[in-house]
Amino acid sequence: MTDNNSSPDILTISGLTKYFGGLCAVREFSLSLKPCDLDGLIGPNGAGKTTVFNMISGLYQSTSGDVVFQGENLFGLEPFEITRRGIGRTFQNIRLFPNLSVLDNVCIAYHPHSGYGLADSILRSNKFATKERELVEQAQDFLAIFSLENIQNELAKNLPYGEQRRVEIARALACNPRLLLLDEPAAGMNPREIINLMDLIHFIHDRFNLTILLIEHQMRVVMGICRSITVMDFGEVIARGTPSEIQNNPQVVEAYLGKGAANVS
Amino acid sequence: MEIGFLFISILKIAAIVAWIYGLLWALGHSKWWVKVIGIVVAFGVIQLALSLNFGGFQILTDFDSGLLFQAAGMAMVSLGLNLIYGFNGQFSLGQYGFYGIGAYTAADITYRWVTGDPSGLLVVGFGCILAGLSIWGIQKFISRARGIPVLSSFTLYLIGVIAAGALAVGISGLLSPGLAPLLKTSTGPGALATGIPLQVVFFLSVILAGAFAAIVSFLFGLPVLTLGSDYFGIATLGFTIVVNTLMVNSDTILPFPEMKGGRGMIGIPKLTTWFWAFAFILLVIVIMRNVVRSSTGRSIMSVREDETAAKAMGIDIAGTKLLAFVIGSFFAGIGGAVYAHFIGFLSPGTFNFLVGFNPLIIVVFGGLGSMTGTIAASFGWIFFLEGLLRVLLGQMGTDAPTWRFVLYPITLLLLMLVRPQGLLGTVEWGFLKSKIYPPRQKVQAETDTSSVAEVEAGG
Repeated sequence: MTDNNSSPDILTISGLTKYFGGLCAVREFSLSLKPCDLDGLIGPNGAGKTTVFNMISGLYQSTSGDVVFQGENLFGLEPFEITRRGIGRTFQNIRLFPNLSVLDNVCIAYHPHSGYGLADSILRSNKFATKERELVEQAQDFLAIFSLENIQNELAKNLPYGEQRRVEIARALACNPRLLLLDEPAAGMNPREIINLMDLIHFIHDRFNLTILLIEHQMRVVMGICRSITVMDFGEVIARGTPSEIQNNPQVVEAYLGKGAANVS
Repeated sequence: MEIGFLFISILKIAAIVAWIYGLLWALGHSKWWVKVIGIVVAFGVIQLALSLNFGGFQILTDFDSGLLFQAAGMAMVSLGLNLIYGFNGQFSLGQYGFYGIGAYTAADITYRWVTGDPSGLLVVGFGCILAGLSIWGIQKFISRARGIPVLSSFTLYLIGVIAAGALAVGISGLLSPGLAPLLKTSTGPGALATGIPLQVVFFLSVILAGAFAAIVSFLFGLPVLTLGSDYFGIATLGFTIVVNTLMVNSDTILPFPEMKGGRGMIGIPKLTTWFWAFAFILLVIVIMRNVVRSSTGRSIMSVREDETAAKAMGIDIAGTKLLAFVIGSFFAGIGGAVYAHFIGFLSPGTFNFLVGFNPLIIVVFGGLGSMTGTIAASFGWIFFLEGLLRVLLGQMGTDAPTWRFVLYPITLLLLMLVRPQGLLGTVEWGFLKSKIYPPRQKVQAETDTSSVAEVEAGG
């Protein structure tokens, strides 16, 4: 997958900075992703990783800097417009719609592509009937891919943790993204679930031809699946490279384990 | 006597609930003729109970019919609030303001019509159409630009609506003299002010009352809905107070002498028959259900569930909130119009902010996010509070009715303790149920590539 060096970047971030009052959460962050990259973003707690995600997906307005996605600058766009342009995301603490069924959760992601308007639904026109069935069947097929078809009528809040993660990833993919941002997908999972999750990420990466950027604390996940890793500390990028390079980078070891640890190991 | 009356009252409430269940069941039936028969029977049963008279004994007395119409109006208002609060999660206390706007608008249209002045219908009619067009046009225009602040777009919309209103007044000034002779002749009401034309005007006035309330709610909601839910609640409370103040001073600071300010508007033609009340409540129920059980409805509910996640799913939060608010206010306007033409007298006191809590009580009581619960609670609430308690206590002594508002809150309190999720929770009956889809087998996934299940089994 790294042989497409000549193709244009799908995402280019340059000089991205975010201040919360006087606190600089992210300073001069830059990153570029080629189509079909599977990259990781790591760093100690509070390094500003989720802030970067929130700025890419438009939930935070950046103080300065540019996010260019597929040749278009995303500055000033509402989050929903960014999603509709092809950036999907999941959240660190799972954010499903708890009191809606699993099927409805996925159907909501299809809403921008529903193909019928309010007038159609009020009059129950033929267009509504066909498009609504299409939408639901699409969502059901989607759930079937993730082996969730048997729990589609369960309320999302009643699912076990691992399945909630799967539903959230399925829902993010139902937005039909070109770029998927996964925020700590393995948080709170046991080793068995983590193995399943890694398979799942590989699977969606190959099947949907996705570009994936993920934040993760579980080093085995990051080292196991990412091709390139960016390390952040105190809002700044301190290292960038392949998993093996990162593992041997003294600055990274220092950020995680403290000064002097690099010499010990 | 009291025991007998209590028994009959409870029987009536039960019968009404059964009636609602039957109506919703028939509407939800898959065969069209069952729906038609169901509607006709549901209409006919009440009509017969209202009109049949067995030598002094009536199943539904005049007093009961009053309650019935009041409950129908309340059901429309509360359904609107349930869409705003129960389904979209925006805590609103402004519903009674829109109820009042609808009531006064419709009353003014028909009152002027029967007194020989067509300007009410013309101004509101053309005004709503033109304002709708200008809002639509401005929206098309704005949607192309990026990052327009809310207040700027609000100003644009406001200018558009005011211009539409001014234009409508002009059009009405041109057309009124031509129409006026048809409405009133020297001998009595003209051809257009009686019979079927009057019924048509009544129908239009109700729809226009809803449309007018919807336009007001659009302008009010646009800037205010950007506030968080609690602040939005306070702002809507303020709105109810503003509307009430304007009603009290409608003959002094507003140019509507026929509304007679705080003294109350009298002489509104009593045009609401059971046919109209039933037709409009059916209309509201059908629109409500069709909106909620659609992709738009799912997006409305997603905003209630988790705003941030909804944003990340590509849902236009601001637009969705505004849509729910506008539709909810439309229902409130229709409910107000139906009420005004039943009661024949409007007083600002009917719409003060204290009674403005009534729809909220009904919605919470019936179950947030349950349309069935709201409908059942509207009827049950009126028949309990106004019917049962008032009459029952009235028979116990002259001072006893004072206890009504002691017993009523205690009842509410008890019910909230026993069923905090509301009478029906999120249960829906018949027509209002969401469709349950059977799980589809992995046909496509198997043929396409390996599914996750296999990958997982391998790993």
